[in-house]
Amino acid sequence: MKTTNINFIGNRNIALIFSGILMVISIGSLAVRGLQMGIDFTGGTLIEVGYQKAADLNVLRNTLDTQGFDDATVQNFGTTKDVLIRLKPHEGVSSADLSTKVLEAINKTTAEPASIRRVEYVGPQVGDDLAEDGFLALLYSTIAILVYIAWRFEWKFSTGAILATVHDVVVTLGLFSILGLEFDLTVLAAVLALIGYSLNDTIVVYDRIRENFRLLRNKTTEEVMNISVNVTLSRTIMTSLTVILVLVSLFFLGGEIIHNFSIVLLFGVFFGTYSSIFIASPMALMLGISAEDLMIPVKEGSVVDDRP
Amino acid sequence: MQNHFPVWKNILVLLVFGIGIIYSLPNLFGDDPSVQLSSTIATAISQEQANQVEADIKAMAVPAKAFEYKEGKILARFNNTDDQLKVADLLREKMGSNYTVALNLAPTTPSWLRALGAQAMYLGLDLRGGVHFLLEVDMDAAVKQAEDRYIDDVRLALRNSKLHYQTVAKDSGFIKVTLKSTEDKSAVLTLLDKEFHSLEITEPDAQEQIWLKFSEKEAREIKKFAVAQNMTTLRNRVNELGVAEPVIQQQGENRIMVQLPGVQDTTRAKEILGTTATLEYRLVDVEHDVQQAVSGHVPVGSRLYYDRTGAPILLDRRVIVTGDQIVDAASGQDQDGRPSVNISLNGVGASKMAKTTQVSVGKPMAVVFIEYKVETKTVNGEKVRHKEKVEKVINVATIQGVFSKRFQTTGLDSPQEARNLSLLLRAGALAAPVDIVEERTVGPSLGQDNINQGMLSFVVGFALVVLFMAVYYKLFGMIANFALAFNVVIVVAILSMLQATLTLPGIAGIILTVGMSVDANVLIFERVKEEIKNGISPQAAIFLGYDKAFATILDSHFTNLVVAVVLFAFGTGSVKGFAVTLIIGILSSMFTAITGTRMVINWIYGSRARVDKLSI
Repeated sequence: MKTTNINFIGNRNIALIFSGILMVISIGSLAVRGLQMGIDFTGGTLIEVGYQKAADLNVLRNTLDTQGFDDATVQNFGTTKDVLIRLKPHEGVSSADLSTKVLEAINKTTAEPASIRRVEYVGPQVGDDLAEDGFLALLYSTIAILVYIAWRFEWKFSTGAILATVHDVVVTLGLFSILGLEFDLTVLAAVLALIGYSLNDTIVVYDRIRENFRLLRNKTTEEVMNISVNVTLSRTIMTSLTVILVLVSLFFLGGEIIHNFSIVLLFGVFFGTYSSIFIASPMALMLGISAEDLMIPVKEGSVVDDRP
Repeated sequence: MQNHFPVWKNILVLLVFGIGIIYSLPNLFGDDPSVQLSSTIATAISQEQANQVEADIKAMAVPAKAFEYKEGKILARFNNTDDQLKVADLLREKMGSNYTVALNLAPTTPSWLRALGAQAMYLGLDLRGGVHFLLEVDMDAAVKQAEDRYIDDVRLALRNSKLHYQTVAKDSGFIKVTLKSTEDKSAVLTLLDKEFHSLEITEPDAQEQIWLKFSEKEAREIKKFAVAQNMTTLRNRVNELGVAEPVIQQQGENRIMVQLPGVQDTTRAKEILGTTATLEYRLVDVEHDVQQAVSGHVPVGSRLYYDRTGAPILLDRRVIVTGDQIVDAASGQDQDGRPSVNISLNGVGASKMAKTTQVSVGKPMAVVFIEYKVETKTVNGEKVRHKEKVEKVINVATIQGVFSKRFQTTGLDSPQEARNLSLLLRAGALAAPVDIVEERTVGPSLGQDNINQGMLSFVVGFALVVLFMAVYYKLFGMIANFALAFNVVIVVAILSMLQATLTLPGIAGIILTVGMSVDANVLIFERVKEEIKNGISPQAAIFLGYDKAFATILDSHFTNLVVAVVLFAFGTGSVKGFAVTLIIGILSSMFTAITGTRMVINWIYGSRARVDKLSI
């Protein structure tokens, strides 16, 4: 790959406007539609059953309806033989008995007994706790990174990196909200992994900017950034491609349970790559970063001496 | 000699590689579905019994793969889960309650690997199937029970010291002692102060009253004790249930996590874990009329009970023996083939039973079955915990002679009920009621699907990355691929050494690591290319490429690591598994992608005097 010379920084407004629109749409959807929270966070019961033949969902729905589980949602999961039944925390029925009662009910009407593939019951209190822990994890990881980058680099970079990462997370969650995909614990784990990935990408670019600030002293900040983004471009794209390759494999072959996990990361890697090229550096620039912020005069000489 | 490793560095890399291979190897061997038979009584299974069981299993016409007899336990391996379940059911029927029949996945690791301490990773419930419960201990009930105990103790202490009191009762968070006269007050205060350190004494305006309350420390102790006691009881019960490798852990202040791999009958598991059943033995009051008691005139020394059919019966208020005096219980059948529980009492219980039966031969004695059922219901969105004490007389028999330590109780509905009751009596009572607040069950078919799909996506993802790297970076790409494989081996080896639990998200984490760990190599290779473009000689380009990329790799991987550690700290269950694989993957990829690839590149290019072109 030849080293490119694209004027990313000069044309930053295009990217910023595009991202601005994405953010507005995402936040709008998150505010209006919200996220489809899974039972991990809301509490409730989820039962996955398997049949030998394709299951008749209407029969199942009617049965559950007449047996008093009128709030049950019934849908296929992965294949037509697998059925997923979801129930809200139930009025008046002991929580521990709920799954047993539902199974009894559906086995009454279908000739072939359903085989249980999975039962998940999460009490409302546990759901709240899991949601709180998840929120704290997001918060603390953000703070930890802010501090780390501020220490290793400089606060303007740190803020820029966080803004780029927040952008990735918000847009990914926005897409999740628009598509109505379910947000559960595994998805939350994927969002955190995405934060790590997106930062990793941004740091590589910043690292180069820092290095070039010291090497290319007669260039403007904007020029230094542009050169740095361009020389790291092939690396940024290569790494994203290898990660996308494994995620595609996971998405198509990993099974239903891991589906949303791979979707988050696929979106996330895409936006993470985009933001580390188009957003992270302009952010630092707009915060007023300059070569003086990163000068460490003592180290200067040795780096330059390596050059022929 | 820029591109040359000292000997020790080569040896180090090869050593790590070798150790990685050895410790990751056990995972290739898989498990046998197997049945483990052990004895619940003190005596272990003998060789003769083992031979007998082996013959029994052979007679069941199920092909067994192998039999092992070790340390008083029998392990029978089978070819598939169907055979395993069939044999387990048949054995349970045949062996009775003195034996525990447990389903197990026995690793097929060869002995030379086991001798090195190499073990396969532990598979999580989402991969092997099983139940996960989170039980919440009812702390309020634990405190209430402690209050009741203290009330009895206070009354007893006052009576023993001949101090007269009107009432000792619970009221709005206090234990309130109301005295008959204010004269005794100072004596009572001295007594309470001396004997009940853990209670805080308050003197209200009312002269004849003394209020008692738990100290903060005591309340904490009570709660701690309730959880610890419940864990012991749950462990006993789980052992009785016949689960190989159960996990029982405290989570937070008042929750207990129970994981039962391989268990499919969740209804029974829930019943056994959650219920608090016990027995009481009382004499039947034959002097008074039952019908009068039903209409409201219950005699002072008696209490009204109902039996299974709903017929009323009057029993003596005094209990002869309670469940906590039972030391052993075994289910069986009586002479008429009815289900029964054979009971052994401890010393106190035995002497009380002997005293009572001595004077009551010919009189009827009743067995009361007591069960506390805790049900959590949601009413108007609020969680309401409802505790119900179910008492029923299960059996009335005439005392035929004097007995003390051992006797039999009949009157149970089914052999299953007899088995459950004997199990609960043996395992002990729960110190405080528990409530299931989370349940996750994974059936065996889904577990196997998860493993298959996880493996498939790993293999395909790995192959795609390898292909991509080889095409794009040629020889250097192949070297990176070697490092990638090396990285997976190390991750698996470390997970195995830590005996970490592999979950489906964990597999996803390994797959993600495959995609991300070539990043370090991409960084290095791009840098090498750049240097060559700048007109630097290939040897120097390799040197500079590694040198300059190192700081970047360190910074970028470290941020990734920080996030993974936070994920680990806040994650629960399978998410933790994902975080662990990410952390190990990030760390080991730095070693393999930097040091591992450098070693091979040094081998290839380092010793050459002149290198014109790099295959990159």
